[in-house]
Amino acid sequence: MDQKDIKFRCHGVQVYYGDTHAIKDVDVDIEDKTVTAFIGPSGCGKSTFLRCLNRMNDTIASCRVEGDIRLDDEDIYHRDVDPVQLRAKVGMVFQKPNPFPKSIYDNVAYGPKIHGLAKNKAGLDEIVEKSLRRAALWDEVKDRLDTPGTGLSGGQQQRLCIARAVATEPEVLLMDEPCSALDPIATAQVEELIDELKQRFSVVIVTHSMQQAARVSQKTAFFHLGNLVEYDDTNSIFTNPQDPRTESYITGRIG
Amino acid sequence: MPVIWIIVAVLAIAGAGYILGRQRALARAGGDRRELHSLPSYYGSNVALKVAVPSFLLLIAWMIVQPFVVENAVSGMIPQSEIDEGSSLGLVMAEVRRAATGLENAVAQGVITEDFARNARADITDITQRLKDAGQIVTSDITQTILHAAQRYRLLSATGDMMMAIAVLLVALAGALWGLRESVPLFRARNAVERVMRAILVAAASVAILTTLGIVLSLIFNTIEFFRLYPAWDFFTGTNWAPSFSGRGGSSELGVLPLLWGTFYISLIALLVAVPIGLFSAIYLSEYASKHVRSIAKPMIEVLAGIPTIVYGLFALLTVGPLLLAVFGKEGLGWMQAGTAVMTAGLVMGVMLIPFVSSLSDDIINSVPQALRDGSFGLGATKSETIRQVVLPAALPGIVGAILLAASRAIGETMIVVLGAGAAARLSLNPFEAMTTVTAKIVSQLTGDADFASPEALVAFALGMTLFVITLGLNVLALYIVRKYREQYE
Amino acid sequence: MTNASLNTGGEAPKRSLRAQDALTKRRNAAERRFKAYGMAAIAVGLFFLAVLAVSIVRSGAPAFTRTVVEVELTVSPADIDAAESQLFKTKAYQDLFVAALDRQLTNNGVEVAFDPKAIERLLGKVGSTMREFYQANPAKVGKPVKFELAAASRVDRYLNGELTRDAIQDSRFMMKTDLDLVDVMVDTGVMKSSFNWTFITGADSGVDNPGGAGIGASVVGSFFMMLVVLVLSLPIGVAASIYLEEFAPQNRFTDLIEVNISNLAAVPSIVFGILGLAVFIQFMHLPQSAPLVGGLVLTLMTLPTIIISTRASLKAVPPSIRDAALGVGASKMQSVFHHVLPLAMPGILTGTIIGLAQALGETAPLLLIGMVGFVARGYPDGVVSGFVDPNSAMPAQIYTWAARADASFYEKAWGGIIVLLAFLLTMNIIAIILRRRFERRW
Repeated sequence: MDQKDIKFRCHGVQVYYGDTHAIKDVDVDIEDKTVTAFIGPSGCGKSTFLRCLNRMNDTIASCRVEGDIRLDDEDIYHRDVDPVQLRAKVGMVFQKPNPFPKSIYDNVAYGPKIHGLAKNKAGLDEIVEKSLRRAALWDEVKDRLDTPGTGLSGGQQQRLCIARAVATEPEVLLMDEPCSALDPIATAQVEELIDELKQRFSVVIVTHSMQQAARVSQKTAFFHLGNLVEYDDTNSIFTNPQDPRTESYITGRIG
Repeated sequence: MPVIWIIVAVLAIAGAGYILGRQRALARAGGDRRELHSLPSYYGSNVALKVAVPSFLLLIAWMIVQPFVVENAVSGMIPQSEIDEGSSLGLVMAEVRRAATGLENAVAQGVITEDFARNARADITDITQRLKDAGQIVTSDITQTILHAAQRYRLLSATGDMMMAIAVLLVALAGALWGLRESVPLFRARNAVERVMRAILVAAASVAILTTLGIVLSLIFNTIEFFRLYPAWDFFTGTNWAPSFSGRGGSSELGVLPLLWGTFYISLIALLVAVPIGLFSAIYLSEYASKHVRSIAKPMIEVLAGIPTIVYGLFALLTVGPLLLAVFGKEGLGWMQAGTAVMTAGLVMGVMLIPFVSSLSDDIINSVPQALRDGSFGLGATKSETIRQVVLPAALPGIVGAILLAASRAIGETMIVVLGAGAAARLSLNPFEAMTTVTAKIVSQLTGDADFASPEALVAFALGMTLFVITLGLNVLALYIVRKYREQYE
Repeated sequence: MTNASLNTGGEAPKRSLRAQDALTKRRNAAERRFKAYGMAAIAVGLFFLAVLAVSIVRSGAPAFTRTVVEVELTVSPADIDAAESQLFKTKAYQDLFVAALDRQLTNNGVEVAFDPKAIERLLGKVGSTMREFYQANPAKVGKPVKFELAAASRVDRYLNGELTRDAIQDSRFMMKTDLDLVDVMVDTGVMKSSFNWTFITGADSGVDNPGGAGIGASVVGSFFMMLVVLVLSLPIGVAASIYLEEFAPQNRFTDLIEVNISNLAAVPSIVFGILGLAVFIQFMHLPQSAPLVGGLVLTLMTLPTIIISTRASLKAVPPSIRDAALGVGASKMQSVFHHVLPLAMPGILTGTIIGLAQALGETAPLLLIGMVGFVARGYPDGVVSGFVDPNSAMPAQIYTWAARADASFYEKAWGGIIVLLAFLLTMNIIAIILRRRFERRW
């Protein structure tokens, strides 16, 4: 495997929720054009850490983040950084599909509109179609772009959310257990999609399912009780874990 | 025997029944409560309920029916000749009732003897004067016919009351016997008691239906009566509101349109004030304000909702009106003639509605799932973009519902317009002119000196009906819109 | 999907996160504007609240004080006999008073000539007040008595600056020259301001006597009404809520009740007044202006509020409690009355108090059932008559004053509002304390 650019460099990251110490001194480097999986038992902090990467934790009043997180060598927690601009670069897809109560078209067009990415209506149409194609949803919805996004099936909704996220041309795509609310067929579709997305984006995915991590990711980080226990190539983690906790988890003894 | 004593007696029988029933059940079980089907207290309660429920039902029914029976019997005694020109049987009967009450109270005070009350003749005694001296409110001169009817009325009522007391107490005693006979160990007392309790609960819940029924019936009957005296077409399409107070109908013009216009104009101004302020307050409180600010500002805004409308009315009349007059009146811009105007009432009503709009919207905005906000923030939207383009559209049905409810409240508001809007009914576009509303006219038509059977008083019921239908329609529409939008997003 | 389609999007030039581009600046400016609108809305709301509070306190406070003239005099039995033998007896008493006042002023080193008529204009019928006093208290004859007489409302308004000397036109109510006497009496301390107990305890006066108007009788009327509302609406409301929340099957009857309750909650209060007028007074011949009828109307109005809040409290009790009771063999009724209801009680009481507070301030329905424009003569003498004797209620009394032509009554109306709000505040504080104290989070 050839050496890739590092997208995110995280050093000594601590997260507190009020008095609870949720993330303890995590160091991790996330590569560009790679799928990185965060695995670990419930409550281990993997989602919290993911939300640090685009400052979604800012919306939670009691949350405090310390340490150094750099995107392309820029500190994203620097006081001059506008989280709005950051999030345009670091998109996010959530656990439960959360399409806006608007039409499919408006759902996808929302990001480009607010970031001023399209020159005109035609440009917007183009972005919407391109994004829906990227999310492998175009053929299913092209005839009903003006129907509510909430009327789609669960799997379609989640792909719509992915289309919505890629429409803003982010550099990194964060996915917080994107398949946990989906059935196996929809899951397979989304996983296939993730594999294609990595050609353009750096993808970070939080998942409960070790199989999913093994299937889609190239790098895997194992979190346990707020600590980053092990971070390595996915193959190494699953075939030759260094830490006994990792081994216990992937063999199903803790979790 | 006064009703209160009947009630006390029934309660006493019920209490005694409770103790006896409990004891009897226990005694039958040989003092071993495990032999009983239910707890001993249920046997007691069973007896008590069987005493109280039927006797109270009878009491209420009797009290409702008796006046009609007595009235019927007595009204036959009034010859047609006794009813003056322009009067009616109802008015004469009211006089009879007053005289009867007067006699009753005078006897109670010891001013006249029972014998005198029964047999006095108006033409040879000074009974009117003596009743007046006793502080009773009676007409200037009680005629012999009326006095005779009143005496008869009093006698029949007394007999009726006596029979009622006897009947109710008999029912109570029968209930006690029935309950006591049932107090044997095998009797499922708990189930019996719970059945009655359940019936009581259902009855309590039905009060809501009865209230609506009462509202609808009292409006409908009087409205029909009104339309008999005044053409419905003229009422609904008339553009002039000029009730006459001196004469009896005929010359009055009772067109509802100027009142409806005043109502809608004032409500519109109120909503123009309340909706933006209330909505933005709700947005700020639910999306921006820190916990600390929210915990102070939200209750302070809601204080406005707890203030009685009479306070707002006075505020409009004595503070806002003069203030507006100073700016827009003769000294200022010259648009305003007096402090009471559409603007005054609308403005104050708007202030009253701010917390109404804001707390309803606040609830609705808070119920928009956080996932939608996260989705929008995750795409790099600012807070205001998220609110305007995601949260508000998602909350729209609820907010529309809230605004419609606020509109319905504005239309039904009375005290602010009675004090702040003026009394003149007119169709005008100038918001600085005095206008009046449906509610204000309901008050003025029913609190004036107009005869209750005249169209000038009865029109209030037609106005009430109009008001009821409009507000009901708005409420139903609000609920319908909310439901339809919900279905769309489900 | 092809690679070609993936690459159609142009590569955006790299930009530092720390440099805000023009669009972001614009968006952030819009953000700040939007936030400012929100703050402005809150500020406007609070501003109105402040204006309301200030105008209530400023305009209402004078109602609680009044101007009195305090004169001490001793009337001998001979004076009484002399006065009683005259044709105008009260005039004779008044002369006694004037003499005493003159003496008191002279003792203070002021010589002032005044028209005895001025006393009548300033202090009302002093003579008859004195005569009544001595007839009621013969023992006081020959002993020094301190008379405290309320000044006319115009004097009040002159003293607190509402009425200037120039604005006064000579009339039978007040002459410009009377003000000289007022000034002298104030300077010598004979005339002073004192707390107006009449306002707190008294009944409404006639239209021509704003000084003697009090809110006390209507407080009693309101109290009797609230008693009726409490006694009826709490049990009926709780029973209805228990039925709907715990027992009601899913059927059309239940739906009907639910629809009725939610609609009644939004029916304008004036319509309840019409209901009360038509059903309780026209149809059932209950007495007009009686707190009993007012209470009945307000009960019907308050019921939806109480039912809605009671149902919320019942709903807040977790189902596990019911299951636990049913699990040990309690009947459904027992589980509700032994477990659910006691746990929901603090919430129910809070809701009831808030419902009562709402009812206490309600005016419109009371106007229709005649609890307005009524001058109560003294207090009801029995408990029962308190319910059926004509009386007013606080908000209706305030309305009566506000609707009178004499501006002196406005001050009374504001003062009445202060009393009304004091009651509401107390009730709400009790509700808040109840909630804080007993609120249970499951």
